[in-house]
Amino acid sequence: MKLGKFILKRILQTIPLLVIVSIISFFIIRLSPVDPLAELRLNPSISQETLAKEKARLGLDKPIIVQYGLWAKSFVKGDLGITSNGEKVSVKLIERIPNTLILTLIVIFMTWSVGVPLGILGAIYNKTKLDRILTILSSVGMAIPSFFFAILLLIFAVKTGWFPVGGLTSYDFNDMNFLGKFFDIAHHLVLPVTVLFTLSLAGLQRQMRANMLDVLDSDYIKFARAKGLSENKIIFKHALRNAINPMITLLGFEFAGLLSGAALTEYVFQYPGLGRLILEAVMKSDINLVMASLMIGSIMLVLGNLLADILLLITDPRVRG
Amino acid sequence: MKLLDIKNLNLSFKMENGVFPALYDVSLSLNKGEIHALVGESGCGKTMTAMSIIKLLPKNAIITSGEIIYNDTDILKSSDKELRNIRGSKIALIPQDPMTSLNPLYTIGNQLLEIIEKDKSLTKEEMREKCIEVLELVKLPDPKNKLDIYPHELSGGMKQRVIIAMALASKAEIIIADEPTTALDVTIQAQIMKLLNEIKKEFNTSILLITHDLGLVGEYADEISVMYSGRIVENARKDEFFNNTLHPYSKALMGALPANTNDKILKTIDGQPPNLQEEIIGCRFSPRCEDCDITVCQELPCLKEKTPNHFVSCHKV
Repeated sequence: MKLGKFILKRILQTIPLLVIVSIISFFIIRLSPVDPLAELRLNPSISQETLAKEKARLGLDKPIIVQYGLWAKSFVKGDLGITSNGEKVSVKLIERIPNTLILTLIVIFMTWSVGVPLGILGAIYNKTKLDRILTILSSVGMAIPSFFFAILLLIFAVKTGWFPVGGLTSYDFNDMNFLGKFFDIAHHLVLPVTVLFTLSLAGLQRQMRANMLDVLDSDYIKFARAKGLSENKIIFKHALRNAINPMITLLGFEFAGLLSGAALTEYVFQYPGLGRLILEAVMKSDINLVMASLMIGSIMLVLGNLLADILLLITDPRVRG
Repeated sequence: MKLLDIKNLNLSFKMENGVFPALYDVSLSLNKGEIHALVGESGCGKTMTAMSIIKLLPKNAIITSGEIIYNDTDILKSSDKELRNIRGSKIALIPQDPMTSLNPLYTIGNQLLEIIEKDKSLTKEEMREKCIEVLELVKLPDPKNKLDIYPHELSGGMKQRVIIAMALASKAEIIIADEPTTALDVTIQAQIMKLLNEIKKEFNTSILLITHDLGLVGEYADEISVMYSGRIVENARKDEFFNNTLHPYSKALMGALPANTNDKILKTIDGQPPNLQEEIIGCRFSPRCEDCDITVCQELPCLKEKTPNHFVSCHKV
């Protein structure tokens, strides 16, 4: 009951936040000297009728405040307009979001299941050889630019032929059975996941190591030792839970960060994800798509934080307080 | 009867620029059912001495020589497993800061149980009753409902009571109280000290009381050791110590008590206690000592029995 009330409160709190984000995004985009319909006009396959409809929807002949009102009204209704290719923005997004979610969730799952144990090891064996090796590896991981690493892997894929060079599915995807489809997607995911995994693993591992070191030095761990508890109990019962709490907040940011942070990697691998869609939309000044993507990004950030807050509520009694 | 005997303990710290001695020939004994107060300024080695007893020292601390005899065995030579059986069961610690010494993520009951469940013969129900029983002993109000609450819901004094309850739950023979009241306000201080004194009387527990509050010492201690810069400089029974203070450092400490100053200006000891890495020729207290005589104090004094059971390390006494 208390939890439900908290979640409801948090969701209500995000509404003004989203309104402010949308206002700022809207005005920044409209301040740029770009004709929102330029691309559409140049596209011969778009009929005059569609163009007129879109013009009316955006209210381009009215003052900018009214334009914002019109945009907000249709956004709430779920009408996000059309892209420069004449496709519906909402259809395009719905097509891309699952792809990015698959990528993001796999990467988050992998970085957490590898980074957290490595961080713990680094802290327990602080200043030993193992810790030094882990630190060097994570420095290397942090230092490699994602696009460069992606290109290296692409060259690798081309030279060996072990991995597909881009996209999410093979050309004969539709003819495959379920298992075949599954393996085809997995095969395509290996390289982009490797890039994003390497990139975010290093940071996560370092953060976890630092948290764990802090906690291991705390008074309650010293006291737990003085109580004569076993080392296992000290590390896994007392230290781990305390060290992981700050990471949960991080998870919220990471969720949103990977959506847009994956843009370069998605671009290099021609992965049909949200990040690449946004990047291409910006380059084509596809206003409707950019605006919708910005809103999706903000909603994801808000959702990620909400998720992290709820998790914290479960794990930390002080937040419940 | 000596329950615990520290003999000539020497401890050094390994640092980047060398090895520096922190404890020098510290000898200290704890009698059954008595409070032995270890007094000294911050950084003089009180806590290091106490932590040596349960062998919980920083990684860079090395015990170079000495023995700590408890139950006819040398704790310093015990294995990790033997140490775990001593820690929290035979020798309990009351840490300096109760506010940060309990894990914020687990309930009071959970953390108390960690000690009680070491006794494998108890059923779940008995364990719970035992928890309530020890919380009653430390006079925590409404102990039944306290089991399921978290540390942040308790005040500092209550947390210290919970920690003392842990020492009672283990039926520890020795309690090391490392400045148990420093983090608490004055009224709570008195209550906690009274509680410790009652425990001593009721369970015949020995307490090593680490403090820099001579007022507390005068009220509760049976025996007193004064430490300065890693050395014990004076050791005596309480009455002897207060009636016949011999070491210039102890005298200066007594002189600095507000109750003992007649002027409106509080007396202090000039200078700072020496740094671990500082080299001082002869007596470590000589640079701050009012009675220092350069001709004799250039040699390091050792602890000598000046009057029966009253040990002092000073050339001038």
